[in-house]
Amino acid sequence: MSERREQGWVREEGADHVAPDFEPDLQGDLHTRHLTINLGPSHPAMHGTVQLKVEVDGETIVRSECNVGYLHRAFEKSCEASTWTQVFPYTDRLNYVSPLLNNIGYALAVEKLLGLSGRLPERAGYLRVILGEISRITDHQTCIAAQLMELGAMTPYFWLMEGREALWDLIEAMVGARMTTSWCRVGGLATDMPEGWDGELRHALDRCLGILDDVDALVKRNRIFIDRTRGIGAMSAAEAINRGWSGPLLRACGVPYDVRRSMPYLVYDRLDFEIPIGGSGDVYDRYLVRMEEMRQSDRIIRQALETLPQGPLCVDDPTVVLVAKSQAHGSIEGLINHFKIIMDGIQVPPGEVYSYTEAANGELGFYLVSSGAGRPWKCRCRPPCFPMVQSLPRMVQGLMIADVVPCFGSINMIGGECDR
Amino acid sequence: MPSWWWLLIEVLVKVVLVLVPLLTVAALLTWDERKQSALMQDRLGPNRANIGPFTLWGLIHPIADTLKLFFKEDIVPDRADKLLHALAPILALAPSLIVYCVIPFGPAVQIPGIGRPIALQVADLDAGLLFIFAISSLAVFGVALAGWASNNKFSLLGALRASAQMFSYEIVLGLAAVGVIVVFGSVRMSELVARQATPLWGGLPSWGILVQPLGFVLFMVAALAELKRSPFDVPEGESEIVAGFWTEYSGMRWGMFYVAEFVEVSVLSGLLVALFFGGYHIPGVDPGWALTGHTVAIPFTSHGLAIAGWGWGLLMMLAFGLKVIVGDVVLQQIRWTFPRFRYDQVMSLGWKMLLPLALLNVLVTGAIVIR
Amino acid sequence: MAKPLLEALQRRFPTEVLQCHDFRGDETAIIRRDRIVEIFTWLRDCPDTDLNLLVDVTAVDYLAEGLSGSPSSVESESRRTSPNQHQPGKPWYQPPAPEPGATARFEVVYHLLSLARGWRLRVKVPLTEQDPLVDSLVPVYQSADWFEREAWDLYGIRFEGHPDLKRILLYEEFIGHPLRKDYPINRRQPLVPMKDPTA
Repeated sequence: MSERREQGWVREEGADHVAPDFEPDLQGDLHTRHLTINLGPSHPAMHGTVQLKVEVDGETIVRSECNVGYLHRAFEKSCEASTWTQVFPYTDRLNYVSPLLNNIGYALAVEKLLGLSGRLPERAGYLRVILGEISRITDHQTCIAAQLMELGAMTPYFWLMEGREALWDLIEAMVGARMTTSWCRVGGLATDMPEGWDGELRHALDRCLGILDDVDALVKRNRIFIDRTRGIGAMSAAEAINRGWSGPLLRACGVPYDVRRSMPYLVYDRLDFEIPIGGSGDVYDRYLVRMEEMRQSDRIIRQALETLPQGPLCVDDPTVVLVAKSQAHGSIEGLINHFKIIMDGIQVPPGEVYSYTEAANGELGFYLVSSGAGRPWKCRCRPPCFPMVQSLPRMVQGLMIADVVPCFGSINMIGGECDR
Repeated sequence: MPSWWWLLIEVLVKVVLVLVPLLTVAALLTWDERKQSALMQDRLGPNRANIGPFTLWGLIHPIADTLKLFFKEDIVPDRADKLLHALAPILALAPSLIVYCVIPFGPAVQIPGIGRPIALQVADLDAGLLFIFAISSLAVFGVALAGWASNNKFSLLGALRASAQMFSYEIVLGLAAVGVIVVFGSVRMSELVARQATPLWGGLPSWGILVQPLGFVLFMVAALAELKRSPFDVPEGESEIVAGFWTEYSGMRWGMFYVAEFVEVSVLSGLLVALFFGGYHIPGVDPGWALTGHTVAIPFTSHGLAIAGWGWGLLMMLAFGLKVIVGDVVLQQIRWTFPRFRYDQVMSLGWKMLLPLALLNVLVTGAIVIR
Repeated sequence: MAKPLLEALQRRFPTEVLQCHDFRGDETAIIRRDRIVEIFTWLRDCPDTDLNLLVDVTAVDYLAEGLSGSPSSVESESRRTSPNQHQPGKPWYQPPAPEPGATARFEVVYHLLSLARGWRLRVKVPLTEQDPLVDSLVPVYQSADWFEREAWDLYGIRFEGHPDLKRILLYEEFIGHPLRKDYPINRRQPLVPMKDPTA
């Protein structure tokens, strides 16, 4: 390339036509020039809105640049103007495919700041685990479905969507919404599960497991799929760590890091599950890791359903949790309590915490700073997919345009989470 | 009236006999594609377009789509080459329609009132198969021009991919057909089909798929690639290069590409049937009966059912149509099953796998035939 | 917790570490900005610390009346809508002075994780309002790249030596750094003129 530039064969940027300043060497290399293509911000493969500017030599990517931010909604600034509780709806819109995991992550962060860690009622802990794992399954289903669809395999996409619908229906039955859940509260939960819900959940999970097997049967040993994904976007464990990866992508590189295991929160330490890891960190391994994680999530949910204890949903602390409606309407103390929490917000002592949970895409961190008031001084969300999207240019370097699709699909970039 | 006048009428009737079902089937295939994929994917598929209370299982959708396409704004990019941009869809559609004129859709048939037997084939060329290759290789012009004239990088990439792919697979396609030519000893389509009616052994007809199984597989794969059907649809790989050479087309020009795609499915299916599935041939039925008529004995009775020559001809035409439609459905099934190749994988599959296999097939076939 | 991390850090860089604390189990070290590349390289490579994953980089603006040099510029909408945010003149938190006599307004916050040991460390670097500049960590941790761009974008912290420090979540024409406390939440930005696509 540089040699060709010296020979005058490579067109300088902005030049309208090539004018070699010497007699063409007919035996030499063909004079070619690189083509810059905008994949995005509006492009079929860029779910969400993200721009990948690629410079290609033929079909091979020479250089690329990733631009995010098209979905920026001032999450942090909005949070600073809201009470601690009012932040929950904003967290729904971070990773909108698994909103419950964001709810849980944020609730845990505020509870940590309040010093409530470990005082959460048993039942709330179990229910958070169950709903969180359902969300993890829906997130992975969406990711794999989209990834396969972009590879041209349309059929498994619809199968996985069918399973996701079944689970979202159950979330709706419990929470009242499919995506905009806002289900957690500081110190507990908003709603308990309706009657017969657990039976339906087991039924839906059976269906989802069947779908997973079907999808595996269709693509796992499909030669085209393997050719398209093996060795594509591979990353060594050391580099992945240096690039700040976490979640399924890091595990696909062979690093067995999962917050649920290495730093158990809620009731994960009482549940039996495995952390699947891959070897080469390529797209195929990521597929396998995600598929296995769904099966493990299924195990977790079934165990949690079996051992689900009875009891209250929220901590018994009227400075944090709203009083019962009957009290709020029936007694002046209850009414004042309700009013203070709604209007002034929960009074959180000054300090700062970083709380982290295992979201579907990796470590979801919330760095909260409180000034001792009812509103966060700072509410920083550490988005899991941010470092992965940052690594996309490195991943596709030297690959072909078509390889951008599986690489990007396997990152599972969620615009709401990445751009906040 | 002079005899050439009659000839013209005969040809025109045959053209109508080919074109009308072909385009109808193409329209129906758009419906079938959606319904069939819906069936595979646990969906309902199209079911909303209606005339009054009738939705006809979504069968009205092709009509609605056509109407919509006709009335859509035809957008031509500012810096596109207007002439080539307009020409490209025609060039893409025409070859696939022309190819069908040499595919026999029925045997020579004796029709009452006409003195001589009528061949159910628009043009029975000596070099039928070669004609098909010649014409189908023209289709690449439509694609390449569409990509070039659109003045769009995605279109250009799509056109590049398409051209490279179509040129590469033409070779395999031709070599795969050489096996059939060697076995049946002709490139005239009517003879190729007629020879497949001769019994092989054990009552089996000598259909192409039985005497040339490897040739069939190679031909089918190469033809899929030639037609840019999934899993070889890299030229229009929507998730990578938006829609490839289709990107800058809208309205009925886009519609022509769309129709061309489905016509091509039927053409491919028709070719496969003609070369490998005995064409119009029905096992146990002699194509000669279409000329002479024949009486079939009804089992367990002493009676026989006398069917005239044109009746047999009609029956065999229907058999051909049925085979083509079954082929269409199978091709759709393939489309909704596989992921897409990558461009370089398509190339290496063509040159490194299929081409040596095709050469081997020619070699082995030749050796057996000479012996 | 015995805080081996903080002790090791203090032993190794006694003059650089300004302050250490442990709140709700989060170990925090506040360091001076001068040698942070060296400090983070050590934190990453030293087997006693082994903090090989930079989880997050962000900044906090601790602007408050009586705290900053320009109290008149404070017109924070968020403060207006939350009267009990804090009492003026009585700061609830004052970042340590980065150098004698200076007042810090910002803190750049780094979160580190050791995958092998499972421990975490928060490192904070106080910066003044006049000179919000700190060395970039991209040579040490590549994950710092976008996080630092985000901190520049939203807080206006400049990272010296960053390969491509430009806005990331907002657009190039955006005026100001919106997560600073003196940026009102309801400020409107001017419309951006249409770019000439042929240029």
